[in-house]
Amino acid sequence: MTPATARVAAADLDTGVGSSSWWRVALTGQVTGPLAALILAVVIFSTTTENFFSGANLALVVQQSVVVGTLAIGQTLVVLTAGIDLACAAIMVMGSVVIGRIAVSGNVWLALLAGVVVTVLLGAVNGSLVSLASLPPFIVTLGVLTALTAGARLFTDSASYPIKSTLLTALNHGPRVGGVTITYGAMAWIGLTVLMAYALTQTKWGTRIYTVGDNPHAAELVGINVKRVLFGVYVVAGLIYAIAAWQALGRTPTADPAGYPTANLDSITAVVIGGTSLFGGRGGVTGTLVGTLIVTVLQNGLTHAGIDSLYQQVATGVLVVLAVAVDRLTRTRQSR
Amino acid sequence: MTTQTVLQARGLSKRYGHVVAMADCDFDLRAGEILGVIGDNGAGKSTLIKALTGALVPDTGVIHLNGEPVSFRNPLEARRAGIETVYQELGVAPALEVSQNLFLGREQRRPGLRGSLFRQLDKPAMRRASAEHMADLGIRIQSIRQRVETLSGGQRQAVAVARVAAWATRLVVMDEPTAALGVRETHQVLDLILRVRDRGLPVVLISHDMPNVFQVADRIHIHRLGRRVALVNTGDVTMDDAVAVMTGARSPADVPQVQVSTPDEDASSPKGTDHGER
Ligand SMILES: Nc1ncnc2c1ncn2[C@@H]1O[C@H](COP(=O)(O)OP(=O)(O)OP(=O)(O)O)[C@@H](O)[C@H]1O
Ligand SMILES: [Mg+2]
Repeated sequence: MTPATARVAAADLDTGVGSSSWWRVALTGQVTGPLAALILAVVIFSTTTENFFSGANLALVVQQSVVVGTLAIGQTLVVLTAGIDLACAAIMVMGSVVIGRIAVSGNVWLALLAGVVVTVLLGAVNGSLVSLASLPPFIVTLGVLTALTAGARLFTDSASYPIKSTLLTALNHGPRVGGVTITYGAMAWIGLTVLMAYALTQTKWGTRIYTVGDNPHAAELVGINVKRVLFGVYVVAGLIYAIAAWQALGRTPTADPAGYPTANLDSITAVVIGGTSLFGGRGGVTGTLVGTLIVTVLQNGLTHAGIDSLYQQVATGVLVVLAVAVDRLTRTRQSR
Repeated sequence: MTTQTVLQARGLSKRYGHVVAMADCDFDLRAGEILGVIGDNGAGKSTLIKALTGALVPDTGVIHLNGEPVSFRNPLEARRAGIETVYQELGVAPALEVSQNLFLGREQRRPGLRGSLFRQLDKPAMRRASAEHMADLGIRIQSIRQRVETLSGGQRQAVAVARVAAWATRLVVMDEPTAALGVRETHQVLDLILRVRDRGLPVVLISHDMPNVFQVADRIHIHRLGRRVALVNTGDVTMDDAVAVMTGARSPADVPQVQVSTPDEDASSPKGTDHGER
């Protein structure tokens, strides 16, 4: 036993050692700011528009958040390592058209499996280029995005596939509670957030991700295999994008190679607004959940306020730049 | 104090293209001592330390740890052998808590199912152990849960030192641990180094600060042009003499040197091939 571990049993010291449950840490960690912003947005739209604050519309907000929210979980993992995934929605779309095309033959389980394989493989492509080839994530994922945008059209001949299988649209269904439907897709999104919050804050895997994002040099010196951590993150993100693809097929039962054009940036916006630093090592998926809701509430609320969807995009753009500026400011204030 | 040799190297060399960073360099560290390593910028001190701690593989030469030949291929192997290093580039993760930094790469899981099935880290135990360890070393911080970036420069360096002291079983190496620190913080770190030595771990201290080295070191290794030119007892030489030897103003023969035990036959045979290039 090493000296430090040998003395674990010693008396508690008055140095703030007291334990608190992990979920409380995950919740209170860095989400207070984003949470306040979310509440503010909800209050503003509730008072200024007529139909925003209703059970049905708030349930709709959740439905509208599911796909981007799930993508944003994968995006969070990547951003925590100081990377960025510009291709996340493109990978999801590729997965969904693969599912849609194979499902035409009738074998939906095979279609679903093929979709997972494709997104995981594409994650592995990102991961190996970033880790083994040490290429900047921005360039790698931009290249993958460009190739996939064309690739999805080539694969489908620019056609889209209607989805008829109940399995493939299952995530858009669910139990009705108090007049609104809680879909399985929404449950999957929340469940995945909880699972990842646990994995990031309570396991070695998570600590390694934070360490690699925070100071890759220190990570290497303490024997962390930085390349393996990076590769793993992109692969897990690919797996998460497959779930997003399944959710997307439920929400709009068409596998469209040109679908979800703004989801790449929306997911990055959600991550950044949720308090995860683009410089890596800080943040988490709980914040991303809140960030996703902020993005959706803004779009949904502006629609209710009768504002053109093009202005909504402008608003989202302003929001993400603001969030990055705040990130930058806080980073330089506490820089080494 | 015993005079047993803990770490010994003979004939180490390393070149980067045309640059000879280390040429036929010897090294000796005794049990229970603080060994100061001094030398000009670019003399090759960091290169030597990296070779001793597995951060680089020397082109030639042999290293003995407690009399056993060792050849580390990476820092992990050196750490498994009980050698811990604070590198010149600070190796802490600023966004993580103090206790997370102390356990960086060595996290403990909870006992029972929570650890084995749910892979949950034992954060309370790690915090408790960290707090106690910091208190042992006399390092005062407000909370073990503070992020390292919220600490002062001296406290951050103290965290880095505390980490190596916690895990080292054979020896501790520190490459300029007081660089960029203020006077008060420097003295805190020097105190810490003395405390680490007093707990029985020999310390290799690389520093440009002569008064500091003369204050805490038991012996001084003088490095010049990629090799050790002299090994002296701190009390036997003046600071001016040491600096003169270090810069080449005086010949090493002019100062009273320590006799090092002759290495084993196998330790002395593979000599470097790069001598005299400069
Ligand atoms: N990775 C490398 N590639 C090429 N040259 C190197 C490399 N590392 C060190 N050198 C060269 O080897 C020589 C010794 O460098 P080293 O860092 O060991 O010096 P040092 O004594 O630690 O200096 P300082 O006091 O400035 O830290 C220098 O000339 C340096 O430029
Ligand atoms: Mg150096």
